[in-house]
Amino acid sequence: MGDPPPDPEPRPQQPSSRRSSQVSQRRSRELSQPPPTISEEVPPIAFDGRVLQGGQGILASQTNLQDWSSGPPLTQQEMFQAEEAQLGGVEYPSLNMGFQPQPYLEEGGIQAARNASLMLQQLQQGQGSLFQQLDSAYLETQPNFLGQFNMYQGEDLQFNQGAPHGPYMRDDPALQYSPSELGFMPFNMEVPEPEPRELAVQNAKAYLLQTSVSCSLSLYEHLVNLLTKILNQRPEDPLSILESLNRTTQWEWFHPRLDTMRDDPEMEPTYETADRQKALFLRSGAAGEGEQEMEEEVAETAVPNIMESAFYFEQAGVGLSSDESFRIFMALKQLVEQQPIHTCRFWGKILGLSRSYLVAEVEFREGEEEGEEEEVEEMMEGGEGLDTHAEEEGEEDEEKVTDVIPKPTWKPPPVIPKEESRSGTNKYLYFVCNEPGWPWTRLPHVTPIQIVQARKIKKFFTGYLDAPVISFPPFPGNEANYLRAQIARISAATHISPLGFYQFGEEEGDEEEEGGAGRDSYEENPDFEGIPVLELVDSMANWVHHTQHILLQGRCTWVNPLQKMEEEEELGEEEEKADEGIEEVEQEVGPPLLTPLSEDAEIMHMSPWTARLSCSLCPQYSVAVVRSNLWPGAYAYASGKKFENIYIGWGHKYSPENFNPPLPAPIQHEYPSSPDVMEMTDPTVEEEQALKAAQEQALTASEEEEEDEEEDEDEDLED
Amino acid sequence: MDAESLLLSLELASGSGQGLSPDRRASLLTSLTLVKRDYRYDRVLFWGRILGLVADYYIAQGLSEDQLAPRKTLYSLNCMEWSLLPPATEDMVLQTSVVKGRFMGDPSHEYEHTELQKMSEGEKVFEEEVVVQIKEETRLVSVIDQIDKAVAVIPRGALFKTPFGPIHVNRTFEGLSLSEAKKLSSYFHFREPVELKNKTLLEKADLDPSLDFMDSLEHDIPKGSWSIQMERGNALVVLRSLLWPGLTFFHAPRTKSCGSIYVGTGEKNIDLPFML
Repeated sequence: MGDPPPDPEPRPQQPSSRRSSQVSQRRSRELSQPPPTISEEVPPIAFDGRVLQGGQGILASQTNLQDWSSGPPLTQQEMFQAEEAQLGGVEYPSLNMGFQPQPYLEEGGIQAARNASLMLQQLQQGQGSLFQQLDSAYLETQPNFLGQFNMYQGEDLQFNQGAPHGPYMRDDPALQYSPSELGFMPFNMEVPEPEPRELAVQNAKAYLLQTSVSCSLSLYEHLVNLLTKILNQRPEDPLSILESLNRTTQWEWFHPRLDTMRDDPEMEPTYETADRQKALFLRSGAAGEGEQEMEEEVAETAVPNIMESAFYFEQAGVGLSSDESFRIFMALKQLVEQQPIHTCRFWGKILGLSRSYLVAEVEFREGEEEGEEEEVEEMMEGGEGLDTHAEEEGEEDEEKVTDVIPKPTWKPPPVIPKEESRSGTNKYLYFVCNEPGWPWTRLPHVTPIQIVQARKIKKFFTGYLDAPVISFPPFPGNEANYLRAQIARISAATHISPLGFYQFGEEEGDEEEEGGAGRDSYEENPDFEGIPVLELVDSMANWVHHTQHILLQGRCTWVNPLQKMEEEEELGEEEEKADEGIEEVEQEVGPPLLTPLSEDAEIMHMSPWTARLSCSLCPQYSVAVVRSNLWPGAYAYASGKKFENIYIGWGHKYSPENFNPPLPAPIQHEYPSSPDVMEMTDPTVEEEQALKAAQEQALTASEEEEEDEEEDEDEDLED
Repeated sequence: MDAESLLLSLELASGSGQGLSPDRRASLLTSLTLVKRDYRYDRVLFWGRILGLVADYYIAQGLSEDQLAPRKTLYSLNCMEWSLLPPATEDMVLQTSVVKGRFMGDPSHEYEHTELQKMSEGEKVFEEEVVVQIKEETRLVSVIDQIDKAVAVIPRGALFKTPFGPIHVNRTFEGLSLSEAKKLSSYFHFREPVELKNKTLLEKADLDPSLDFMDSLEHDIPKGSWSIQMERGNALVVLRSLLWPGLTFFHAPRTKSCGSIYVGTGEKNIDLPFML
């Protein structure tokens, strides 16, 4: 405590060598109170001691710490008063007025409290007029417009020693009056001349205190705040972060913390999502039914054990974080409660530009028909009816026109019917949502044309289901359809299981069914023993596809488009049944169900699958992980009797070649050449001129002949 | 991502679906501290993972005091033993630009590339097919360099430039505010600025030279090559690059945590303009 602490304020213009001046600088002053608050004041415990002569080293250090106590800085007048007081040789503590508790004060306050006892002792030893002077000290305050914002006390610029001036305190007539008589002190009391050095210091401080029109913060206050902050927080190596601290202090001044009663508008979406997710976690139903629910829930539910799958996938380094997985689990549970679901599985996550999709693969219970699908179909059929009607009208009009406009020979390719629900590509229903807690949306069934087009384009998903897919060739549908088509393709290509997990049911039909299409259903093998993990990793023959391959047509089971077309032709009237009707369309055959992965086609000398052990350090407890190279993001794991597939990625196929959009179709011929309409090239200029010349020659030749004949005739006549 | 906050960073970056298995995480925590000690780096970053056909490469980078100085890159196949990679040069990048396809996973694997080279024998000049061998290590180096130059991201304010030149981590960085976090202009490329000098004087007047000394993501070509999303309500902002799919940058607004990780095949998405 004996060592004077370092000077907190940078005061380059002060003479720093004199200890007395240092001491005087460290005196805390204070005192003035803005007049309105004087009456409310209860003098707080903190006292500021005024150091008289240089000997009061202890006080000096204490007062230095009290520098942080609040109080507005002194105006010139106050400083003068204080100077008077001190030079008068009277030591009097001045109270800190109007010290509202401020954040930086605590340190100063505590220290000040310790000093208070010291001060009190001195007080008692002081002169009798002390209290009177104390009182007058209150009144000597000048109104300070900076008021409560200033956390720092003004500094007293007095020299306490060797001052040749007399005891100003005593001379000041104001001091002799009691507070009640005085009221406000007028500014222009008799003031003796201050020393030039003091004047310079006061000028400097006044300069630092000035504020500008654009900014209400003066440099003085800012430096006070900055140094207070540094001293309170005590960061390491403050010089290196000085600029940042400077910037943040300024920022904090102009952006005070919001009142706790007001809502932070930025955090609204966070809270909203949190509310929704909270709803996931709350059990539905009153507390009274708690027991019953427990029993029901312990029985089989359609919700899969997501946490277990997440754990295994985590071993492989794939998957979302565990709390996210749990939220997905709760969201799936919510879905199961809302819809009549027989089996449910977490299919995966598809990343999008603005939002991502969480996809759940679901199978409805038997007999639950999807009402949405029927509505859509009805609309389509209605549309078709209108088209045919319009065609007929158009044809009638044409007949009336004598000049028959040749009909275009182009016919749209036949629409391949989509597959039934619960079969082929539409075997499962898919629900999507953006984040767990948000409502699940059902995706429509996929049509073959959508799959065919989806193969030709490559577009990122935006995250909004109703966004249009702008591409060439134009995709028939919006993002929901495109998403569904990609899901279908990914499922067909990457859903695999260990060999033997699924087997074909005991069917009476052989493999020689129509066109060798093979079976399209499977069932779980109850005798599945599990394949050792090492074997699963070694050979791809131990894994099989359990989803049907999608043919080029866009379906899993082939449908001859021509048969349908012939039906349509019967309805149509004057359609040309020329060459097209009898085209031979080859039946498309794909690999049958449950084909091992070793049969998959290679991509550029690269196997389409990569298999690994999840942990090479402990093969006994590892899990076999298979990663698809064709669809990056598709993973499957198998361990013992358990296996699972998942897809987390952007939803696009990997192709080593660049994506080349298809070129536009070639220009169609206008008319076929027939005797009526034959296209000939126009004669060129030379040909025309040659023809003209030849004609003129012929003309002149015939004229000459006529003249000759006439001459002959004339001659004959003359004879 | 910083090796010191590895676990939290992995947790936050897990939205992209690829992460690390527990055994790898444990090995990384140990081995990266050892790397820091052995090579005397100021900071060690776990850069990410490049998926190969046979094995995966785990990449780490070591930084010195000056954050923008060229970084040392290390790779490992098992997250335990790290080998230093040579720094990337222009020649390397040029040479490996012809190699396409996936990484094998074997650093000594050599890609064969046939090209026509002019050989001169005596007075005749003819072209001959020459088979050039390119090592996978070279390809790895150049791919990492390209990814860093193209898509390494840092939020504005996380680094600051001192008047003496070196770039330091800003210890008073408190995170971006929510409104700033949704804008691409608050994120910078973590590399030497290329476009900064092309800005007009008017634009430069608004910049703060100690904070805005790198290119922002806003003017990347093609426009829209970054996907910026808020996850977990507004508690996490995730930037994913569409040009190099697999690069994820995450930042929790109003907190200090930020980092990026690349988990992918190491191939550029050349089809990006078609896909947007």
